[in-house]
Amino acid sequence: MSSADLTGLSGQAPGLDVAERRKARRARIERWARWLLPVVVMAATIALWQWYVVAYKVPHYILPGPDRVVDALVRDWPLLWPALLVTLQITLGALVVATIGGVGLAVLFAQSKWVEMSFFPYAVILQVTPVIVIAPLIFIYVPSKIIGLLICAWIVAFFPILSNTTLGLNSADHNLRNLFQLYGATRWQTLRYLRLPAALPYFLGGLRIAGGLSLIGAIVAEFVAGTGGVGSGLAFKILEASYRLNIPRMFAAILLISLTGIIIFAVLSLVTHLLLRNWHESAVKRDG
Amino acid sequence: MSVASSDGAPRGMASRPPAETQPIVSLQGITKSFSNATVALKNLSLDIGAGEFVSLLGPSGCGKSTALRLIAGLSSPTNGRIVWPGEAPGQGDHELGFVFQEPTLMPWATVFANVHLPLRLKGRSVAVARDEVMDALEMVGLAGFADSYPRELSGGMKMRVSIARARVTRPKLLLMDEPFAALDEITRFKLNNDILRLWETLGWTVIFVTHSVFESVYLSSRIVVMAARPGRVVADLAVDAPYPRTEEFRTSHLYSDYCRQASEALHATLNEEERAE
Repeated sequence: MSSADLTGLSGQAPGLDVAERRKARRARIERWARWLLPVVVMAATIALWQWYVVAYKVPHYILPGPDRVVDALVRDWPLLWPALLVTLQITLGALVVATIGGVGLAVLFAQSKWVEMSFFPYAVILQVTPVIVIAPLIFIYVPSKIIGLLICAWIVAFFPILSNTTLGLNSADHNLRNLFQLYGATRWQTLRYLRLPAALPYFLGGLRIAGGLSLIGAIVAEFVAGTGGVGSGLAFKILEASYRLNIPRMFAAILLISLTGIIIFAVLSLVTHLLLRNWHESAVKRDG
Repeated sequence: MSVASSDGAPRGMASRPPAETQPIVSLQGITKSFSNATVALKNLSLDIGAGEFVSLLGPSGCGKSTALRLIAGLSSPTNGRIVWPGEAPGQGDHELGFVFQEPTLMPWATVFANVHLPLRLKGRSVAVARDEVMDALEMVGLAGFADSYPRELSGGMKMRVSIARARVTRPKLLLMDEPFAALDEITRFKLNNDILRLWETLGWTVIFVTHSVFESVYLSSRIVVMAARPGRVVADLAVDAPYPRTEEFRTSHLYSDYCRQASEALHATLNEEERAE
């Protein structure tokens, strides 16, 4: 290669660098925007809300301003915090039971076609029947309110785990199954080393849906249960506040429920990322 | 058309002992039809001698992969039987290795865990099997990648992991189902040489399914040419060229002679098929 060629090449190099730099800058801006944009939109919404309430002199028992909601959150904290704990307890309890129940049933279905044929329709029936119409019956038959709430939340949450995990258990690579067969793997070994790992991404997808649903199930069940006093959750606080036209407290409770849902989703997303980052397409970062 | 006899005539192999008289596996009058009425194989009889490198060569649909799956015990013949003369009756385990067309690795497991799998299924823990697994990885030149995940490897490297996994149980018979079909030519040549080297050093018997005339001639001591509809053997060709074979062999007259013979056998079946249609 002649020296003229070399200079020609080196003459081009800065041009490439500019393109690269621009790309890097765009990536950096995008990284910031991912956080900044939702925050800006949120701030703008709150500002608009505040402006509307003040400008049109909306009475606070119709629509309280954000300042009053924050105020209620702080002032009613001793009331809301224990209620939040109760709701959280039901939600997480239901999620744990839904996970165990969903995965357990899926494994059982995967082991025996007969069991699946016999019981899958019931799982579908439980799923399509709105929990709000079953809940009153449950509270009649089940003496403990906490257990009743748990059952309601479980009914809502377990189906996505069951159906996703079933799908995952059946989607192990066909050649890999042949390989396991070739090496004389037992049913248990095939489950442990092939079908469960293959089902993991599907299960985690179901778990993220179930996390939100178990919160919804817990809240709906609380609405139906409707008993007050000690040991009542956030939903009851909302009902109670609505009877008293304490709209700021309603907003504060709703805010807490939303935050809880967001945190549950974030935690489950993090768990998903940690479990899949090494191998699954959905979690692997690629250059370029 | 020159068609050699099926009994594996004497071959001028430098580094390999001649095939034993007793076959390692014998397919006797195998017919396999599927539920959609396709006849994948019709009355196939084939003896595979110990130490042979046999290629099953044929167009798609000739049942070569089906034959391999039958030998592996992954499906059972509609008619006929498969006999393992060297084994005690009732011995379930035929000491097989299988390499699929795709690498067929578990994406969630490291290279080490993938190669360890056959031993783990036999109940051998990591601690017990570590040396054997590393040995198998060493043989395919991937000892440095034991902790990598399959997605971090190139196509050729994944295939080598797959070969290491097939090797780790020290099988007597290695079945390969178009293992290099999806690789680029340069990688394929390299893996061809790798597999020959392993075959020569380890005393394997290999049954290699391929649709490439050139690959089959380069690798095999014997080529079984098959035709489709219904799947059957139409020619059985001994490739009488000494091992070790190198790139020199690829450009030799002997090589092109055998390629021509195999191609002719293959084309005869295709012409016949066209006449039939």
